[in-house]
Amino acid sequence: MTDATSANVPTSAPAPHKSSLLTQTALMKKRNAAESRFKAYGIAAITLSLSVLAIMLWTIFSDGVSAFKQATFSFPVTLDAEKLDPRGNRERDEMMRVTTIGYTNLLNQQLVAYLADRGISTEGVSDKDIAAFISRDTPARLRDMVLANPDILGQTIQFEGFATGRIDGYLKGRVTRDTAERDTNISVAQLDLADRMISEGILSASFNWSFLTAPDASDQRPEAAGLGVALIGSAYMMFLVVIMVLPLGVAASIYLEEFAPKNRWTDLIEVNISNLAAVPSIVYGILGLAIFINFAKFPQSSPLVGALVLTLMTLPTIIIATRAAIRAVPPSIRDAALGVGASKMQTVFHHVLPLAAPGILTGTILGLASALGETAPLLLIGMVAFVANYPAGPLDGGMLDPATALPVQVYSWASRSDPAFIERSAGAIIVLLAFLVVMNIVAILLRRKFERRW
Amino acid sequence: MPILLLIIVLGVLAIAGFILGRRRALASVEGNTRRLHSLPNYYAWHGAIMAFLPAMAVLTLWLIAQPLIIERQLSDFFPAEQFENDSQRILLMADVRRVAEGLDVAVAAGALSNDDAANISADGTIRDRLATVGVALGADVTAQVLEASQAYRKLAATGAFWRSIVALIIAVAGLFYALRITNGDFRARNRVEAVILGVLVLASTIAILTTVGIVLSMLSETIRFASMYPFKDFLFGLTWQPSFQGNSELGLLPLLWGTLYISLVAMIVAVPTGLFTAIYLAEYASPRVRSIVKPLIEVIAGIPTVVFGLFALVTVGPFLRDWFAVPTGLGSSGSSVMTAGLVIGVLNIPFISSLADDIINAVPQSLRDGSYGLGATKSETVRQVILPAALPGIVGAILLAASRAIGETMIVTMGAGAAAKLDLNPFEAMTTITVKIVSQLTGDTEFNSPETLVAFALGMTLFVITLGLNIFALWVVRKYREQYE
Repeated sequence: MTDATSANVPTSAPAPHKSSLLTQTALMKKRNAAESRFKAYGIAAITLSLSVLAIMLWTIFSDGVSAFKQATFSFPVTLDAEKLDPRGNRERDEMMRVTTIGYTNLLNQQLVAYLADRGISTEGVSDKDIAAFISRDTPARLRDMVLANPDILGQTIQFEGFATGRIDGYLKGRVTRDTAERDTNISVAQLDLADRMISEGILSASFNWSFLTAPDASDQRPEAAGLGVALIGSAYMMFLVVIMVLPLGVAASIYLEEFAPKNRWTDLIEVNISNLAAVPSIVYGILGLAIFINFAKFPQSSPLVGALVLTLMTLPTIIIATRAAIRAVPPSIRDAALGVGASKMQTVFHHVLPLAAPGILTGTILGLASALGETAPLLLIGMVAFVANYPAGPLDGGMLDPATALPVQVYSWASRSDPAFIERSAGAIIVLLAFLVVMNIVAILLRRKFERRW
Repeated sequence: MPILLLIIVLGVLAIAGFILGRRRALASVEGNTRRLHSLPNYYAWHGAIMAFLPAMAVLTLWLIAQPLIIERQLSDFFPAEQFENDSQRILLMADVRRVAEGLDVAVAAGALSNDDAANISADGTIRDRLATVGVALGADVTAQVLEASQAYRKLAATGAFWRSIVALIIAVAGLFYALRITNGDFRARNRVEAVILGVLVLASTIAILTTVGIVLSMLSETIRFASMYPFKDFLFGLTWQPSFQGNSELGLLPLLWGTLYISLVAMIVAVPTGLFTAIYLAEYASPRVRSIVKPLIEVIAGIPTVVFGLFALVTVGPFLRDWFAVPTGLGSSGSSVMTAGLVIGVLNIPFISSLADDIINAVPQSLRDGSYGLGATKSETVRQVILPAALPGIVGAILLAASRAIGETMIVTMGAGAAAKLDLNPFEAMTTITVKIVSQLTGDTEFNSPETLVAFALGMTLFVITLGLNIFALWVVRKYREQYE
C-alpha cells in the first residue's frame, strides 16, 4: 500500500489542489482581512465614543476647576467714620444713606494709598485704573459688613474682597498680555501692576466658597456669581420630586403588576407609560406651563412647579424600573404568603414590596439623577429668570419663591457674553456631575449590597 | 380658617379615628382579638380613612369649584360683551384678583380696616394707599374692577367659611359612622383594602391623565393659534419671521428642515458607531473587556444634555469653525448643523448601542453555531446571520434614537443657532422646532398673541412626530419579531 502510494505520487507534476489548512489561499486571506477589518471597526467605534467622552469631560474640568478659585485682595482698610456715618450716631437707617458708591470711593482711595505706602510702583496705571481692579461686588460686601456691625467704624481692618473678572482671569491664565492688548477693559500696564501686587502678597487666588453659596450676579460681575440659589432650588425640587414620585410610582406599579386585570384599560395604561417615557422632555415643559402656571396659577419659576413637571417626566421611568423590581420577586414568595392565609394586599405589602425595595430604590435614585440634570422643561416654566434673592426656608413657603436649578444655571451662564461666565458654567457642571456621580455610586452600592439571586 | 390649618385639623381627626376605631373594635369583643373579623389595626385604619378621605375629597373639589363659581357671580359687574371674550375675561379676572389680594395685604398690614376695604371707593387714591403697603398695581383701578374685587373678597370669605364648616362636618360624620359600624363582625380589612386598591388604581391613571393633559393643553392653545393665524400658512410657510409688532410670518417648514437635517447628521454619526460598538461588545469582546467598556459607554447616557450643550458651544463649535468651515469657506459661525448634529450623535451612541446589544444577545446561539459550522468567519456570521435576524429590533432602536434626536433641546439651543433657514450647507447656523419653542416661551410672555401661541402648535407638531416614530418603532419590532422559541 505504501509502495503504491509513493509510486503514484509524481514528484515533478503539480498537484491539482495543493492546499493545506496551514497555508492560506487568496480567498481565505481576503476573508480573514475582512474579518480583522470588521473587528477594527468595532474597536474604532468604541475608541471614538470613549475619546469624545474623555475630551468632553477633560475640557469641562479644565475650564471649570478655576471657578472654585478666585483672585482676592487683602489689604488694610481704615473705615473712615466721617464718611461712612456722616451724622456720627451709628443709626442703621442713617448709615443706609451712604450708598455703595461711598464705599467704592473709600476702597479705591485706600488701595491707591496703600500701594503708595508699600512703595509699589504704579507706573503707567492711573488711579482710576487701579480702582478698576476692585470688583463692583466688593464695596457692597464691605457695606453689608459695616451695616451689620457698626462698631468696626473707625478701625482699620484687614479687608478681603474680590478682584474684577479680568484680573481674576489673569491669575487663572484666561487673560494674557496678548489678549489684554486687544481688550478695552484691561491694559498690559495693569497686568504688570497685578504681577507686582501678587509678589507683595496683596493679590492672591484663594478657594472660592462664595461660588457655592452666593446667588447669581449680573452680567458685569462674573466674579461674584455663585450657585447658592440654584443649589437651593435643585434641592427643593429633588425633595418634592421624591415625595411625589415614589408613592405614585410604587402605587401604580403595584397595581399594574399585581392587581390589574388583563383588559383594554390596562393595555391602554401600559402603552401610555411606554410612550410617555419617550416623549421629549420639552413637551413636559409645555404641559407645566399650560396647566400648572396658566391654568392653576402656580407662581412662575417656583420649585413647586418645577418639581411637578419633573415628577410627571420621571414617573414613567420609575414605574418601569419598579415593575421590573416587583417582577423579579419569585412567585413562590407570594404563594407561600397566600398559603398561610394572608390576603392579596397583605402579601404585596408585607412580602413582595420589602423584597423589591432595593430594586425600587435603585431605580428611583437613577430616575432622580436624570431629573436633576434635566434643563429644557425648566426653561419653559421660567426657572431661567435671573434670581438674586435666596428663596425662603422650606416651611416659610420657599417652595413657591422664584429659584433656579443647577442645570438651568449652567445654561444661563453659558449664554452670557463675558467669557468669565463660561468658566462659571463649567464649574457649575462640575458640581452637577459630582452630585450625579454620588447618586449613581449610591445606586450601584445599593444594588451590590442587596441584590439577590433567587 | 386657612387651608393648611384645616388639613391639620382633619389630620388630628384622622388620628382620633385611628385610636377610637381600634379601641371600639377591641371593646366590642372584650379584648379577645380572635373574635374580630380583621386584625385590630384594620379597624384603626378604617376609622382614620373615614374621618379623613371624604372630607379631603370634598375640600379638593371645593377648592377647584370655588374660583369658577365666583367668576360666574362676578359677571354682573362687567358688560356682557367684555365677559364673553375669552382673553379679555382672563385679563379682567387677573385684575380683580390682584386688587383683592392687594386689599387683603393692606388689611393684614393694618393700613385699612376690614370695613374700609369693603367700602372704599375708586376715587383714585386706592392705588396710592395700596402702594404704601407695598402692593403695586399696574393700571389705575376702575370702579368696576374695584367693586368686583370687593365682591370677590366677600364671596371668597364666605366660601372659605363654609368650606371649613362643611369639611369639618363631613369629617366628624365620617368618624361617627366608622365608630358606629365597628364591631367584631364588621369586615374592616375588606373595606380598607378596597380603599387601598382605589388609591392604587388612581395612581396608575396618572399616566393616562398626563397624556390627556399634554394633548389637551397643546390642542386648546393650538386651536387658539389657528384662530389668529392661518393654519395652512403655518404648516406650509417657507419663512419664519416672528415680530412682536404683528405681521409675523410663522412658517413651520424652515424649522422642520433644520430639525430633520440636524437629526440626519446625528444619525449618520450615531447609527454606525452605536451598531459597531454593540457588535463588538456582543460578539468579540471578552467578558472582562465588556464589563469595563459597557458601563463606560453608558456613562455618556447619564450625562445631562446641558453638559453636551456647553461642549458643543465651547469646544466643538469653534473647532469645526476654525478647522473646517473657515478653511473651506463654507461658513463662519460656530453654531451650525454640524456642531449640533455631531454632538447629538455622540449623545445617541449609548442609546443605540445598548438597545442593539440587547437585541443581538437575544439572537439564539444555535444560529451562530450553524453559521460557524458551515465555515463562516465571525464577521460573516454577524453580517449574514445575526444582523438579518436582529434587523427589526435594530430598526426599532434606530427609530427610537431618531425620535430622541428630533426632540433634543439643550444641545440645539446652545449649538445650532437661532436663524431659521432652508439651506443645504451643513456649516450654516440653522434652527429647530425645539429651539423656537424655548425662544418663544421664555421670558415674560402674554398668552394671547400668535407669536407666543405658535410655540404650542410647534409643541404639538413635535409631539405628533415623536409619538408617531415611537409607535411605528414599537409596531416594527412587534410585527417582524422572529419567534425563536
